[in-house]
Amino acid sequence: MGMPIAHVMASGMQGIRAAGDLVARMQFAKRMRLKEAKEYVAKKLGVDVIELVDVETMRNLREELDIGVVTSVPGAATGIEAKARISELLDIPIAPVERLKSKMKLE
Amino acid sequence: MEYYCRLGDGHLIKMTKEEMKNSIEAGTNDAAERGEIPALSDDEQEFLLDILCNPNKNVSVEPGNEIVVTHDIGTIRIDGDQGNSGVGIPVSRLAGILIHERAFGTDTMELGHIDYSFKPVKPIIFQEQQTIERVNLLATILVLYGAMPNLGLYYYPDGPFNNPSERFQAGDVAGALEAQEKAAEHAHRDMVYIMKNLWDVGCEGVNFDTTAAAGDADFYATLMATEELKRDTGLVVEMGMAAENVIGIHGSIEYKGTRLAGLYPHEQVKVAEKAGVDVFGPVCNTNTSRDMAWNMARAVTFVKACVEASDIPIHVNMGMGVGGTPMFETPATDMVTRASKAMAEIAKVDGI
Repeated sequence: MGMPIAHVMASGMQGIRAAGDLVARMQFAKRMRLKEAKEYVAKKLGVDVIELVDVETMRNLREELDIGVVTSVPGAATGIEAKARISELLDIPIAPVERLKSKMKLE
Repeated sequence: MEYYCRLGDGHLIKMTKEEMKNSIEAGTNDAAERGEIPALSDDEQEFLLDILCNPNKNVSVEPGNEIVVTHDIGTIRIDGDQGNSGVGIPVSRLAGILIHERAFGTDTMELGHIDYSFKPVKPIIFQEQQTIERVNLLATILVLYGAMPNLGLYYYPDGPFNNPSERFQAGDVAGALEAQEKAAEHAHRDMVYIMKNLWDVGCEGVNFDTTAAAGDADFYATLMATEELKRDTGLVVEMGMAAENVIGIHGSIEYKGTRLAGLYPHEQVKVAEKAGVDVFGPVCNTNTSRDMAWNMARAVTFVKACVEASDIPIHVNMGMGVGGTPMFETPATDMVTRASKAMAEIAKVDGI
């Protein structure tokens, strides 16, 4: 509680509750600084940058885009399914998704 | 009027606003002098004073100033039960990762071996490969493999090479330097072996955690491993440091023309960039005898200079004892949230 939760509550983007995981992916995949990564993800999602951390906006949008939500929803994409859709949405390769495609001889 | 503050060891104290102001000035000047970097401006010092004197128990950033929050140490804080800050809940590492993803709101996570050093992973690489395969089926967020380069494990009595401390004490300087160079070669080889095997089964990336804990040779081994992994795989690489200053236990090791001993965060990041690191984690160690106003000002000064020098995202290390956080195993959220806000809004970090 002292570190992980305190940091998330003080300054975090809240992972898959909102869009923090997507912004993080752009930082790692393309070495984007925070501002650029937020703008890139907001554009791909069709929302304002401020809405990336708005749980109400992102919960509904994540469900609509089927890219993984924080609670269990029957039929919703989870894990590798969600990652495959995120890879397509953000236009970045995601290693386990590439492996799945290889196993399925899709590429 | 007095305000609650803490010492670097977490002990609760009271300070006047004037005392905190003086501590902030002394802390930022200490970093500026050591690192030969700019001290915080008067406005930045005033803002940090406002954060520290905020009457609320916990504080947070203004809307729009949120940053990415990532984690090192893997799931050991959940299932670890060996006196290393884990809380000993008997769940699998897979469950620990999903808890971080779906209950803690983290933006990335890690898989890590309970020892959390690379060397012990080598004999159990098949176990780690199959665990990351299962994790990758169920996790939505980016999951790295995390471990420490930990060059100390390559020296006698834990490893095959002479212990540099013993060699130095015996007056055998050449032997001490040779042992570090050989250890670095082996650590480099082990890190590459482990991460290439994990890449082969779909692992997304690596976090080299507490890099340079065993000095400049430790840093060199990690830079060389990064260079090879970026050349031969598609792994993303995060490099987190162990201290604000690279200890020159060897003293003359260079990477691409830069002597590694003595580098501060704004210099460390430029070397990391050359090796191909994607995200860099600077560290500033907490002085337990000084108050947190001094420590926070010092940490923010070092990290701000690093952020400004960097061309890659900066995720500052802010666990217990680093990054303006008290050196206490269960740090108080009043100081953690103040440090979090200061790093986001003064140092302008890309993440934690």
